[in-house]
Amino acid sequence: MSTETANPTLLIDGCRLVDPETRYDGPAGLWIERGELKKIARTETERQALRARVAATAPEALRLEADGLLVFPGLVDLHVHLREPGFEYKETIRTGCEAAARGGFTAICCMANTNPVNDCRAVTEFICARAAEVSGVAVHPIGAISKGLEGKELAEIAEMKKGGIVAVSDDGRPVADSALMRRALEYARTFDLRVVSHAEDKALAGSGCMHEGAVSTRLGLEGIPAEAEEIMVARDIHLAALTGARLHIAHVSTAGSVELVRRAKEKGLDVTAEAAPHHLLLTDEVLGGSGAYDTRYKMNPPLRASRDMDALRRGLQDGTIDCIATDHAPHSEDDKNVEFHRAPFGVVGLETALAAGLSLVRSGTLSLAQLAERMSLGPARLFGLPHGRIAEGRPISLAVIDPNHKWTVDARRFRSKSRNSAFEGWTFEGDVAYTLAQRRLSYAAEWARPLTAISEPAGAPTQRRIAGV
Amino acid sequence: MPALSQRHLLGIEPLLPGDIRTIVETAKSMKSISKRAIKKVPALRGKTIVNLFLEPSTRTRSSFEIAAKRLSADTLTLSGTGTSLSKGETLMDTARNLEAMAPDAIVIRHSASGAPHMLARILEPPVINAGDGSHEHPTQALLDLMTVEERKGPVKGFKVAIVGDIAHSRVARSNIFTLTKMGALVWLCGPATMIPREVEQLGARVTNSMDEALEGADVVMMLRIQLERGSGSLFPSVPEYAATYGLNRARLKRAKRDVVVLHPGPINRGIEIASDVADGEFSVILDQVENGVAVRMALLYLLITRPEGRGGTA
Repeated sequence: MSTETANPTLLIDGCRLVDPETRYDGPAGLWIERGELKKIARTETERQALRARVAATAPEALRLEADGLLVFPGLVDLHVHLREPGFEYKETIRTGCEAAARGGFTAICCMANTNPVNDCRAVTEFICARAAEVSGVAVHPIGAISKGLEGKELAEIAEMKKGGIVAVSDDGRPVADSALMRRALEYARTFDLRVVSHAEDKALAGSGCMHEGAVSTRLGLEGIPAEAEEIMVARDIHLAALTGARLHIAHVSTAGSVELVRRAKEKGLDVTAEAAPHHLLLTDEVLGGSGAYDTRYKMNPPLRASRDMDALRRGLQDGTIDCIATDHAPHSEDDKNVEFHRAPFGVVGLETALAAGLSLVRSGTLSLAQLAERMSLGPARLFGLPHGRIAEGRPISLAVIDPNHKWTVDARRFRSKSRNSAFEGWTFEGDVAYTLAQRRLSYAAEWARPLTAISEPAGAPTQRRIAGV
Repeated sequence: MPALSQRHLLGIEPLLPGDIRTIVETAKSMKSISKRAIKKVPALRGKTIVNLFLEPSTRTRSSFEIAAKRLSADTLTLSGTGTSLSKGETLMDTARNLEAMAPDAIVIRHSASGAPHMLARILEPPVINAGDGSHEHPTQALLDLMTVEERKGPVKGFKVAIVGDIAHSRVARSNIFTLTKMGALVWLCGPATMIPREVEQLGARVTNSMDEALEGADVVMMLRIQLERGSGSLFPSVPEYAATYGLNRARLKRAKRDVVVLHPGPINRGIEIASDVADGEFSVILDQVENGVAVRMALLYLLITRPEGRGGTA
């Protein structure tokens, strides 16, 4: 990235600021000096004063005419597979971070199923060191629950915490042994870490490769019943009650799981949950039509029935589901271009999540304020991360969004190394125009309204573009 | 005869009833060729057909080979072992290599549901599904229909009982689609472990009672119990299965007096079907084999000579 993108001095003028922490949703002018947010001007008078002051004192600053644009806190994704170390041909920490910035994310949590597994402090520190070389996105590793993700012995959770982990999970594999899961919850609680459950009864899921229902019956593919997830969600909620620990259910996909989490919250347990954009927008019906046997629609948990999708949306609306998390799971074309039952599970999601979220706003599932909360402050709070806030005196962490930008998903244009998107060919309305984080401009869309110099009259932007992003 | 609405034969599900009629009527005229002294016509002379059989098969493979030869096509048959697939080449690479040889049709048998769809997505020539995993076995269902019609006329309004492991049977799926499209009433029968979820949505009725399935049936289709799958998961033992869902003469009395009994073969005598039924007067099992050649001749002919640009694609 060019130095021009670091420490920007910039006036974002006339945007609609959606800030979940202060519950402010209204017009704003944001004054950023050398990468730090100095002033939020909300009233018309304040904004005029800010404009005048900047014109007088900082004529060399940049300006973004943000009329009609939204500003959210930088987005936070609790569930990303960065594949490094070990699977660099699918994704690296660098390409994953670039995909994140393109998607409006300023902080992501990466799962432990790398090779070697992130089950000890050395691997945690390796990931943090690699991530530090890439600026613009904060990377927070999630440590393994068990050594080697084998579900037998606890990993060195306290040591990994010193190295920088923010939660523990054997994601990709369930912890089949209930006694080990109990110990994991107790032990993680000791160190104030949340346990993220990949809830799946492997024996019941068997060799299933899609949701079990009418579509799997038609296609002659082995199904994964909804109950394979629900049985383990129920078990883990019982264990959370037994241990008083913090439990987070990853990628909730069924109506039954939503109901179990809802009841757990009503009882006052510290149980939280996430849902993925593909589960919120797609059902197994896509595999029944022109997408028959298309491995882009193969992920675990699988795309479910429409009643499950509806329940997930209601859960997200009423707060039973705390946040949207992508479960970004890159796979190469060679990995995916095989017989359906042999293909690996997983879809990429970082670069389409915000657009998917905006479509939930358009369909009336969420308000804009709710969407901003479910994708930034909400998830940040679950793992105790210092993200999702827009406050004067802090380094910038923002997503600038054009809600009216129409675009069609073309995975070949992704920043991610992989192309396995379940939204390929979809036309979305709304996308990220700029991402600002860690005192720099980490992403600028090619189509975005250009930044101009303050000294130039508004409405007559020059072609001066920020280079190198 | 109208051309088929589909460019490939990936399954029965996408076919129109008119397509099924066309295939069966064409098969009837093809059948007469097999009864001549010289069993060969030049209809597909100069055409090349690749048979890609990546799962063990004797009956279907030889049936496709004979069908192609009777139409004077050149055939190349590749089986699972001895191909580059056993050396780790992917199905997609194998398919692209075969296409470079410019075949006029590719027939595929594969253990993966959806394998023919993968080929059809990238290949130019018509792809014919000769059985894919637990999905479909369309030529089997078409020859079954032809066989029943020969004996009993149109199937509209017939009660057809299909008995066995419906969940893992591609024969069952293709027959459900074929028979419901042609107006028959399909009853599926087996223990609940063998009945797939929400199968009623395909237009069939389900019963766990063999007697209820057979009561007044016009047609009974027995499915092969896959002993290689191993008992213990879907049923406790072979004797228990045979006693509960095996077809014998006594049970068959519940069916219509002119019932016909089909089996896709190879049969497990004394397990899903008693020998005196398999070899008895109601059995049309050998007619099925004969008609298999005719149906495959019809399909090869219709797909290879299909005019370009007609109707939908698959």
